[in-house]
Amino acid sequence: MTESLLTKSLTLSYGDSNIIEDLNLSIPLNEITVLIGANGCGKSTLLRSIARLLKPKKGSVLLDGEDIFKLSTKQVAKNLSILPQAPVAPEGLTVLQLVKQGRFPYQSWRQQWTEKDEEIVLNALKATGTDHLQDRPVDELSGGQRQRAWIAMTLAQDTDIILLDEPTTYLDLTHQIEVLDLLFELNQQQKRTIIMVLHDINLACRYADHIITVRDRGVYRQGKPEEIMTTELVSHVFDLECQMTSDPIFGTPLCIPYGKGRNIS
Amino acid sequence: MKNVKTIRLFQQKISFLLDVQAMKKLLVISFLTLAVFFLSASFGDSFINPLKVLQTIFGQGSDFDRLIIIDFRMPRIFIAMFAGMALAVAGAVLQGIIKNPLASPDIIGISAGGGAAVVGFLAIFSDSNHSLTVSIEWMPLAGFIGATVVGFFVYLFAWKDGVTPNRLVLIGISVSALMQAITTMLMIIGPIYQASEANKWITGSVKSADWNQVQIVVPLILILLLVTFFITRQLNVQELGDDTAAGLGQSVQKTRLYLILLCCCLVASAISFAGAIGFVGLMAPHIARRIVGSSFGVLVPTSAAIGALLVMIADIIGRTAFSPLEVPAGVFTAAIGAPYFIYLLFRNPNK
Repeated sequence: MTESLLTKSLTLSYGDSNIIEDLNLSIPLNEITVLIGANGCGKSTLLRSIARLLKPKKGSVLLDGEDIFKLSTKQVAKNLSILPQAPVAPEGLTVLQLVKQGRFPYQSWRQQWTEKDEEIVLNALKATGTDHLQDRPVDELSGGQRQRAWIAMTLAQDTDIILLDEPTTYLDLTHQIEVLDLLFELNQQQKRTIIMVLHDINLACRYADHIITVRDRGVYRQGKPEEIMTTELVSHVFDLECQMTSDPIFGTPLCIPYGKGRNIS
Repeated sequence: MKNVKTIRLFQQKISFLLDVQAMKKLLVISFLTLAVFFLSASFGDSFINPLKVLQTIFGQGSDFDRLIIIDFRMPRIFIAMFAGMALAVAGAVLQGIIKNPLASPDIIGISAGGGAAVVGFLAIFSDSNHSLTVSIEWMPLAGFIGATVVGFFVYLFAWKDGVTPNRLVLIGISVSALMQAITTMLMIIGPIYQASEANKWITGSVKSADWNQVQIVVPLILILLLVTFFITRQLNVQELGDDTAAGLGQSVQKTRLYLILLCCCLVASAISFAGAIGFVGLMAPHIARRIVGSSFGVLVPTSAAIGALLVMIADIIGRTAFSPLEVPAGVFTAAIGAPYFIYLLFRNPNK
């Protein structure tokens, strides 16, 4: 079981410009954490770096107190999995073949399908509701089904922590809810730690236990959505004037932006 | 799970999941390849009854038939078969790295490097009487070295905090163009008879194969194919994209370097004797993918079988269609390959 995931004076950069500077962050475990912020604020970069996909310029990401760049890629892959933004499956690859790849960090060339592999892959298919699709090619599925298949792959990796970079991009609202509901269930039933980047503030408030807002090369504020989400925060993080109210169904914060549009009230 | 079979041996020390349908298809294609292999020995200047061919191979038959079949025809069939397998598997590996069905060893410059080296070899080792100062038997070695060295340089130039598939293709295409320019240049300023010798090599022909070549190439390619077969799961993961592969615990760049190295060795050993037979590395893996799907465990052997089929059939056509003239096998692979390439472009307008 993973005990802690922290960043320590983390500085991230592309070329000469720093994207994140000197960041100390503790990710709450067994909860859903959502990173939000304006385009280009560095939230995806931060997520990639936590997943060991980007080497920090300075500082480190610590998994159970150890620098993830000092651990082997396989060791990291057994503790945290990442679903990149808009992944593309090779033409004709079936759902089962894709989900099976999640077992990669546990396999060797002669052990590719142990009883444990089979059990975990079948569970992943079941949990994501893709078991009836397992013989279908991934590229022939609908957007929501496809994303569920990819999530099944990360589940097959059997990690306590799952990171997702904008898992709802390119999906229509129905499929966005489908995917977020699935992640919510995984967190509720299996206590997986989920860390993801989302664009939609309102969906973030609805699903997240913990929100981290990224601005000016660091974290502006973090905490429970109902405690931190204010008009002042939205104005500062997104440069957007809005009114905060609460969701009539869920009671979670709801952000209604000002601006132009038809006014019939 | 329909259509799959779980294999677990020695208390799970060995375990695999097989796609039964794909395995059946692979089996059929393999038998077809084997059939064409034997049938191929029937064709040539004179047609020999396939039954007689089998008899001759298994030690019976007349001395004359033995001479024609064992000494003349078998070596070139072997070379055609193994060159086809190696080129096809190299193409499959490359398509896995680059994640694009249009990728092939011809496009990223490996074959063109071999071509330039062969022409360079002929130019450098010619004296003023236009005859070679060293044995022509060194020519394949020149091709081998040219292909691997150019492959290495393409990799090096494509490096920028790691090698991305796109850079690999762009650098490959430009290096390939440069190599072709050098080749043309050398052929124009070089002696004429050597231009024709070089041209045969560049198009790809198995005409001059002999048993010595078979003894070098067949074991080499077999070993490389075996290595490829053992790392198919790395290819499966690599094809999911760099971020996903890294997330799954693969050292993406290290694996990519090994895969490209493997690819260069496969192409170099195939073309050293058979010449730069084009388009096999493009077509075979693509056809294989449409038949057995995208999982490399079965895709690699299927590509190999189809590659062997393509080159053997091209060679049969080459030595019978315009008899007594012999047309290099590479002419026919290109004749099918070029339209196939265009078809692929039309089919994938956004790839």
